[in-house]
Amino acid sequence: MVVNAAAVSEPTAETADAVLDRWQRDPLALVQILRETQAATHWLPRSLLAHIAAALGLTVAHVEGVAGFYRFFHTRPVGRVRLLFSDNITDRMLGSEALLAQLCARLGVVPGEVDAQGRFSVDRCSCTGLCDQGPALLVNHHQVITRLDAARVDALADLLLAGTPVEQWPAAWFEVVDGVRRADLLLSGLAADAPTLPAVLAQSPQALLDQVAQSGLRGRGGAGFPTARKWQACRDAAGPLRCVVCNADEGEPGTFKDRVLLASHADALFDGMTVAARAVGAQQGFVYLRGEYRYLLPQLEQVLARRRGQGLLGRDAAGVMGFDFDIAIHLGAGAYVCGEESALIESLEGKRGTPRIRPPFPVQAGYLGRPTVVNNVETFCAVAHIARRGGAWWAGIGTAQSTGTKIHSVSGDCARPGLYEYPLGTTIARILEDCGAHDPLAVQVGGPSGACVPASEFGRAIAFEDVPSAGAFMVFDRSRDLFEVARHFARFFAHESCGLCTPCRVGTELVVRRLDKLAHARGAGRGSAFDIERLRDLDTVLHSGTHCGLGASACNPLRDTMRHFGEAYAQRSTAPQFQPDIDLDAQLSSARRATGRSDAGAHLHTDTPA
Amino acid sequence: MSTGDPTFELDGQRVPLQPGDTILAAAARAGLDIPYLCWSAEVSASASCRVCTVLADGRPVAACVTPAVAGQKVECRTPSLDTQRLRLLQMLFVEGNHFCPGCEKSGNCLLQVQAERAGMTDLNFEVLNPERPVDASHPDVLFEPNRCILCQLCVRASDEIDGKRVFAIGGHGIATRLLIDSPSGRLGDSALSVGDRAAHICPVGALLPKRVGFAVPIGQRRFDTEDTRG
Repeated sequence: MVVNAAAVSEPTAETADAVLDRWQRDPLALVQILRETQAATHWLPRSLLAHIAAALGLTVAHVEGVAGFYRFFHTRPVGRVRLLFSDNITDRMLGSEALLAQLCARLGVVPGEVDAQGRFSVDRCSCTGLCDQGPALLVNHHQVITRLDAARVDALADLLLAGTPVEQWPAAWFEVVDGVRRADLLLSGLAADAPTLPAVLAQSPQALLDQVAQSGLRGRGGAGFPTARKWQACRDAAGPLRCVVCNADEGEPGTFKDRVLLASHADALFDGMTVAARAVGAQQGFVYLRGEYRYLLPQLEQVLARRRGQGLLGRDAAGVMGFDFDIAIHLGAGAYVCGEESALIESLEGKRGTPRIRPPFPVQAGYLGRPTVVNNVETFCAVAHIARRGGAWWAGIGTAQSTGTKIHSVSGDCARPGLYEYPLGTTIARILEDCGAHDPLAVQVGGPSGACVPASEFGRAIAFEDVPSAGAFMVFDRSRDLFEVARHFARFFAHESCGLCTPCRVGTELVVRRLDKLAHARGAGRGSAFDIERLRDLDTVLHSGTHCGLGASACNPLRDTMRHFGEAYAQRSTAPQFQPDIDLDAQLSSARRATGRSDAGAHLHTDTPA
Repeated sequence: MSTGDPTFELDGQRVPLQPGDTILAAAARAGLDIPYLCWSAEVSASASCRVCTVLADGRPVAACVTPAVAGQKVECRTPSLDTQRLRLLQMLFVEGNHFCPGCEKSGNCLLQVQAERAGMTDLNFEVLNPERPVDASHPDVLFEPNRCILCQLCVRASDEIDGKRVFAIGGHGIATRLLIDSPSGRLGDSALSVGDRAAHICPVGALLPKRVGFAVPIGQRRFDTEDTRG
């Protein structure tokens, strides 16, 4: 293949070459290579992609396809400083849109565009996992600024216009607090006198697995698959090499519990991963860290380095002869779908994060075809406790079908947002009371892909057998319009669809357009029962067979809010019959211009006379 | 076939299966039609179109990639699955710009015939009217992205049969698109030749060999029936 490498400027090519060398020109590291290159070059021109492709023995189309998949890679020019406003519904409820408008006005840029001098660009991104201390924004896909308000945005604009480097911005802006409001066992951490990892790993692999089986632990990432069954399947799969992967791609909007576990309980996480590796016979471990949590990377690398020094990782890890295991951290680049375990593995292999065809499942053939266990951060932290205190102890907490504790990321309309850990089986009402939610209208449990629970059902419990949750708990009070909440989540899913399967790729977009029609001032009075019927159609299609869970859950907010808050839709669909979503008269404007006419005969009268 | 051979049930009919069979492959061998767009026996499956969605023991799955299991009950022709297929086809029609009467693929087009068989008479959804410039740069093959349904057959044929890696998938969500591997990103600068399998595998009219458009007249084409033969 011929590529025009000469089109890459000398310094840019040198930057890329240094990154390529650091990764030993390994095509599996493509996502990391693009990330690190862009950190220096700000964006990824096609000529640079061609240069990288040639160095890795990949086609330029392949590299372009990968670069175009991840929201944090820019294939068009952006500013030297890139600011992305976290755009979860909770950020909006805290006024993020007004702050974004304020910043854009001060800088003289339009959202999504770069200023004329190429200094900065301002845009939105999916939830950054800082809902309890938002509105938040991401700087250069690296640092985060929390607790934005008008004064902070003004000061930020001053610094940007003065060209002050990010390193010299006030440190207080970058402060991220854990915000633990109620700690149970996971957030309290391991007891000081808890057995050491070598003591734990003195048990046989089967004994470790049996403890986890006895605990009844189910995955904390959302699907709730029994952890021990996953491990057993991996252990039983054929092949000499196995992998253990921690899914730290905490992308579900409104979820931020893994952020705190990573920041303050990394040792428990790595303990859990090491126990899993010993149990299934894995040599290689990965943490797939979402790109939004890039700022946590140095401290996580530090913990890993310390553990290597302590002999807890590497050859004969934790003193177990013949047990060689180490952990590497892979950074994501802004793609919610990579939270799906097979998409995550594709991304680990440097490809587009498209969910794989299953079977085979990752436990049979995962990373590089090796049997691979993928578990959530919270799951591994639970394992660290179970391996020390026994499966029976864990099984005694929570309910029979939902053992142990669960951490909830509480945000939205409440006095005390933050992390709350309870035994599973705790009612929604209890959590609402503890967080100081006054007059709540609904709670989005488990994020947009979870369930919107109305006040009449607050007596229900969070548990796999009742209302399951991946950890988000967003509270909406009676001042909120649940139609707008559903529309916001619809935009999120359309933005995050990988584009593989027809129902998700097209369906999520059609839902957005239909909801926009009902929402817009232009649509006022134009919505009808026809539009509601089409929304039901789309809901049915997306719930009847998509390639992965993203599409399957994309219409959950629509379905739930239509069911519980039908009035919000009814008041937007009052037209007696179908009205098109286009202004037919406006469509004639070019014809009027061309003919120089503006008389009544040159206008369409589609409105019923008053 | 002896009575002891493994079978599964498709809409009440027994279908024999062989090791490694998918539901679609076993059904096709038995002469039973499960509608599809993005599948081909020649290349690996992408499972992207979802038109072959069936219920396997009540669970919706893509028949093209789901292993057939002895004793399983598979449903394809049910009222709700018929509607599901119709909606998926309508989604593909509104996503691109499909004008059958002006398309030289008409009569040979899998999307067209599946829509006809599904009884599609309207679009149901609003058209998205994307802007997709035609790429006529290749001397022998036309790339008409307005008709592309992202089935990936050309990607896979170029990778797996031609060994040329001419195509890739780019973008995401509704902006997902077919990419061409060449310095300019245009087909004319790529390694594709008209003899490649990738130049002929397109189920719709997105990749077409030039100058043979009407060599087979309308009325004598692959999917013409008694009704359309004239």
